[in-house]
Amino acid sequence: MPPGVTIMSDTPLSGPDSLDAQGAITKPRSFQEIILRLQSYWAARGCAILQPYDMEVGAGTFHPATTLRSLGTKPWAAAYVQPSRRPTDGRYGENPNRLQHYYQYQVIIKPSPPDLQDLYLGSLRAIGLDPSLHDIRFVEDDWESPTLGAWGLGWEVWCDGMEVSQFTYFQQVGGHDCRPVSGELTYGLERLAMYVLGIDHVMTMPFNDPQSPIALSYGDIFRQTEEEYSRHNFDGASTDMLFQHFKDAEAECDRLLGFEPDDPKTKKRIIMAHPAYDQCIKASHLFNLLDARGVISVTERQAYIGRVRALAKKCADAFRQTEAGADAAEQGA
Amino acid sequence: MSDLLIELFSEEIPARMQARARADLQKLVTDGLVEAGLTYAHAAAFSTPRRLTLALEGLSTESRAVREERKGPSVSAPAQAVEGFLRATGLTLDQLEKRADKKGEVYFAVIEKPGRKAPDIIAEVLEGVIRTFPWPKSMRWGNGSLRWVRPLHSILCILSDEGGTEVVPLTVDGITSGNTTRGHRFLSPGAFVVNNFEDYAAKLKRAHVILDSAEREDAIRAEAQTLAFAAGMELVEDPGLLAEVAGLVEWPVPLMGRIADDFLGLPAEVLQTSMKEHQKFFSTHNPKTGRIEGFVTVANTVTADHGETILKGNQKVLAARLSDAKFFWENDLRVAKAGMAEWAEGLKAVTFHNKLGSQADRIARIAALAREIAPMVGADPDLAERAAKLAKLDLRSAMVGEFPELQGLMGMYYARAAGEPDAVANAARDHYSPLGPSDAVPTDPVSVSVALADKIDTLTGFWAIDEKPTGSKDPFALRRAALGVLRLVLGNGVQSTLCKLMGQSLFQSRKFAVYADVPFGKPYDRPDNVDGPRTLTQFLETALAFDDASANGNELFVRFDAEKTCDVQLAEKAKSLVLTEAKGLASDLLSFLHDRLKVFLKDQGIRHDVIDACLAMPGNDDLTLLVKRATALQATLQTEDGANLVQGYKRASNILTQAEQKDGVEYSFGADLKFAETDEERALFAALDTAEKTITPAMAQEDFATAMQAMAGLRAPIDAFFTATQINTDNPIVRRNRLNLLHRIRMICLSVADLTKLDG
Repeated sequence: MPPGVTIMSDTPLSGPDSLDAQGAITKPRSFQEIILRLQSYWAARGCAILQPYDMEVGAGTFHPATTLRSLGTKPWAAAYVQPSRRPTDGRYGENPNRLQHYYQYQVIIKPSPPDLQDLYLGSLRAIGLDPSLHDIRFVEDDWESPTLGAWGLGWEVWCDGMEVSQFTYFQQVGGHDCRPVSGELTYGLERLAMYVLGIDHVMTMPFNDPQSPIALSYGDIFRQTEEEYSRHNFDGASTDMLFQHFKDAEAECDRLLGFEPDDPKTKKRIIMAHPAYDQCIKASHLFNLLDARGVISVTERQAYIGRVRALAKKCADAFRQTEAGADAAEQGA
Repeated sequence: MSDLLIELFSEEIPARMQARARADLQKLVTDGLVEAGLTYAHAAAFSTPRRLTLALEGLSTESRAVREERKGPSVSAPAQAVEGFLRATGLTLDQLEKRADKKGEVYFAVIEKPGRKAPDIIAEVLEGVIRTFPWPKSMRWGNGSLRWVRPLHSILCILSDEGGTEVVPLTVDGITSGNTTRGHRFLSPGAFVVNNFEDYAAKLKRAHVILDSAEREDAIRAEAQTLAFAAGMELVEDPGLLAEVAGLVEWPVPLMGRIADDFLGLPAEVLQTSMKEHQKFFSTHNPKTGRIEGFVTVANTVTADHGETILKGNQKVLAARLSDAKFFWENDLRVAKAGMAEWAEGLKAVTFHNKLGSQADRIARIAALAREIAPMVGADPDLAERAAKLAKLDLRSAMVGEFPELQGLMGMYYARAAGEPDAVANAARDHYSPLGPSDAVPTDPVSVSVALADKIDTLTGFWAIDEKPTGSKDPFALRRAALGVLRLVLGNGVQSTLCKLMGQSLFQSRKFAVYADVPFGKPYDRPDNVDGPRTLTQFLETALAFDDASANGNELFVRFDAEKTCDVQLAEKAKSLVLTEAKGLASDLLSFLHDRLKVFLKDQGIRHDVIDACLAMPGNDDLTLLVKRATALQATLQTEDGANLVQGYKRASNILTQAEQKDGVEYSFGADLKFAETDEERALFAALDTAEKTITPAMAQEDFATAMQAMAGLRAPIDAFFTATQINTDNPIVRRNRLNLLHRIRMICLSVADLTKLDG
C-alpha cells in the first residue's frame, strides 16, 4: 500500500469534534455546520480539502480532482463541496427538495482504503447520525456516467429508508480502467442536512446558526436564484447561443488536444489536458441547458451524450500522458 | 471423515445475486473437490448481505492414490509418435517401461498419482473458485487485481472432526484464510473464532446474524403478518419482494406504519408500486375498506427506542414519495379530464423508432388497423378506433414516467376519468396482453381489436425496416408479439385473413421506412411536414387506397412519372414499395407466424406433419381455420379408418402419378360409372358420390370434423377396390376410367388437407 494511504484511520489527526460534555455526539444546528463537520472529519483523516471547481458542473464527479485524478497510479485523497447544477430539476424554489442548484460533498481516495465503509459510517456519526439509533443500509446501485464514459460498482446508502449518499468503487473513467481503484463518496448535502436537522422544506433550513445575530435560511440565500434560474433554464436561455457554444467548446477541446506536447517556448512537455477538460465540462453543461430548454429530441439526445463522452475520453487519454496521470512504472522508464 | 466450513466475507452483496451465488459456490467447490478425488456426504450453502457460506459434511480426509498404466507406441515407432506420448503422459523417455507385445516391444507409461491430503485439495479448489467466480458483475478494489462482487475482506476455511479444528491455509490476493468471522455490522461488530458449522451458526445468531435466508424470510413473513393483524389489516404477500428484503438484512426487524390519510385516495397499484420499488415496503390491506392503508418496512437493526426513529424516518420518506405520486396523479387527472389532448400532442415528439416515426404516428397506424379488425371480432369499429387512440396516451403521463410498469393500468384510470366507456378504458389496460405464454388473453372485443392491432403493427413495422429476429437476438421482442397474435386469434376464435391485414399494415409502416431512407429532411420529419416531395405522399396515399398489393402500382408510377410531378428516385422507391416489398414482406411475416404456430401447437400435442398438411391448404392465413383443420385431421388420424385411409390415398396417388408420368397425360377427366366392371369399383363410385355430398357442404361451412369423418369413411371401399381390382388392365378404356377414378379419390382427399405431407 502506498505511503499516502497509511494516514487513513479512524483516529482523527486534528480538528474539532462535536462532542458534548459526556462525549456524545451533538446534533448540528445548521446546514453549514454539517458541511464544516464533514470538512473537519475528512481533513482529520488525511484528505486534502479542496475548494469547489470554478465551473458549472452537474455533479461533484465532474471536478477534475475526481475524473482526472482517478486515472493513473498516483495515490490521491481529496474532499470538497461542489455546487452542482441540474437545469431540468428547477422548480422555482417551490418544491420541498428539488433544486436546479445544490451542493454535493465529494470524497475521493485512491487507492480505495480497506476500511472505507467504516470511514464513511464515521462521517455519518460526526454529523449526528448515530448508527445505533438509525437503520443504515448499503443497497446495490451501479453507477454509470454515459457522458464521462465512466462506471463503477457500489451502493446507495440508505438511512431509515432515505438515500443519503452514493458509494462507488470506480472501475473505469473516460474509457480507461482505474488501476488502482478509487473509492468515491458523494453526499447530497441538502437532503442529508434536512434529514439530520428535521426540516421538511429546503427553503426553511437554517443555513447558518439560527442563534446568529443575522440568521439566514437556505431560502434567504437561494429562493430568488432558484426562481431566476428556473425561468432562465426553461424559457430564458438563448438556444441559438447554447448550440453555438456547444460547438465552440467541442472544437476548442479538440484544438487544445491537437497541440504538439512539446511547448516551443518553455521547451517543456506540456499537454493541455485540464484546459481541454474544461471545454468538456462546458459542453456537458450546455447540453444540460439545451435539454432543459426542451430542444433536444430523444434521438438527438443520445448523439449529444456521445459527443460529450468522446471529449471526456480524449481528455482522459491526454491526462494519462501527463505526469499526474501516468502509471508509476512508466514514470520510472 | 471431517466437516468443511467456508465463509467468504465481503462488503454488501446485491440481494438479487445471492441465491445464484449460493448455488454457484456449492456446485463449483463440490465439483472441484470430487474431481480431485474427495468425497462428501452432504453440502449446504447460505448467504447474508455480507457473506457466502458453504458447509460440507463427511468429507474424506485424503484422495486415494491412483495408479494408471497407459500403452504407448511401439519402440520402433517414429520419434514424433513417442514425443507425443511423452507429452500426453508428462513423463520422460527413461521413465517409460518397455514391454513385449504381440507386435514386438511397446512403450508403457506407469503413472502413479499419490493420494493428496484434503487441505491441499481444498486450498487449491477454493482459490480457483474465488478467482473465477461467475458473478454477473464483479469489480476490483484498492491496489488489488482480484475480482469479487464487492471488496472481499476475509476467508474462513476450517476442517473439523472429533479431534479438533484446523484452518485450511490459503492466500488469495493478500487475503489469508483463518478461523474467525464477524457478526452484525452495528450490533455485534467484533471478530470471533469459529470451530465448526454448528458453532458458527450459533455464534452468528448470538452476534445478530441469521445465516439462512429461508429462516430470515420466515421470520419477516411471520412478524409482518402479526403486525398487520394487530392493526386489523392483512399483509399483501409478495414472494419476490420477500426474497429481496431477506437479502438486504442480517437481523430482520419488521416495523409497521400507516399511510397518511392524504394518500389513501391514490390507486392501490400506485401505492403498492411506489412503496415496493422505491422503499422495499410490503403493503397491508384493510379488508373493511378494501384499501391499501399501511406498510411494513424491515429494518436491519434493533435500537433503544424500538425502531421509533427508524419508522419515523421511513414514514417521512414515504410521505415525500407519495406526495410526488399524488402530484403526478392529480396533474394527470387534470389532463385526462380535459381529454388527454396534451398527451396526444406530446407523443408527436416522442420517437418510436427513427424509421417508423413517432409514437403518435404509431398510434394512428394502430387505430386504423383496430378499426379494420373490429368487425372480425364483433367490436364496434368506432369504439375500437377510439380505444386505440387513447390506449397509449398514458405513456406521456407523469405517473407512467415515474413507474413505467404501470403503463396501461394508468391508461385505464385516466380513460375512466375522461368519461370514456368501460370497454375503451379496459382496452387501455389490456391491450399489452398477452405478454407471455401463460398470461391471460383479453376477451372483450374492443380490447382484442386494439391488442391485435398493436401487435400486428409492431411486427409489420419491424419487418418493414428489416429488423427481424435472428437466432437468439430479438431486441424488439417480435417473437413475443407473434405469440401474442396467435393467442389472441386462437383464444378468441377470430376468423380473419391476416395476409390482407398485414399487407395494409405493412404499407403504412413501409411508408415511414421509405421516408426515413430517402435523402430529404430529417428522418423524423413526418410526411405532412414535408413540403417538396408531397407528390410522394400523394403517390403513396393513392397506392394505399388500392385494396390489393398486386394492383397497379406500376400504372401509378408511369402516370406520376409522365406528369413529372415526382422525383424519379422517390418514385422508384415508392414503386418498389407498392409493387413488391410490402407483398413479399407480408408472406415472409406470415411464414414467421406459421413457424411460431408450429412451436405453439407442438406444445399442445399436434404433430408437425399434420400442421404441414394443413398449412399447404389455401386460406392458411386464417389461423383459427388452420388450427380447426389441424385438430380435426389429428383426431381423424387417430382413428383406424383415418390412418388406413391415408395409406389408401397414398397408394391411389402413387399409381396415378406413375401412370401420368409414363403416359405423359393427366388423368383428370371425369370417371364414368358405365365403364366400371367390378362390384367393388361400382361401390367406390357410390361411396365417392356419397362422401362428396357430405364433404362439399361441410367444407363450405368449415366443419372439418364432419368432412374428415366422411373422408375416413372411404377407407373400406378404397381398400376393397384395391383388393378386387387391377388398375392397369389391358383394356385402355377401363384403365383410363380407373385412373380417373383414382383422380377423384385424390381430389376429394386433397380438398380436406394435403395428405401427401403426412409422415409414413
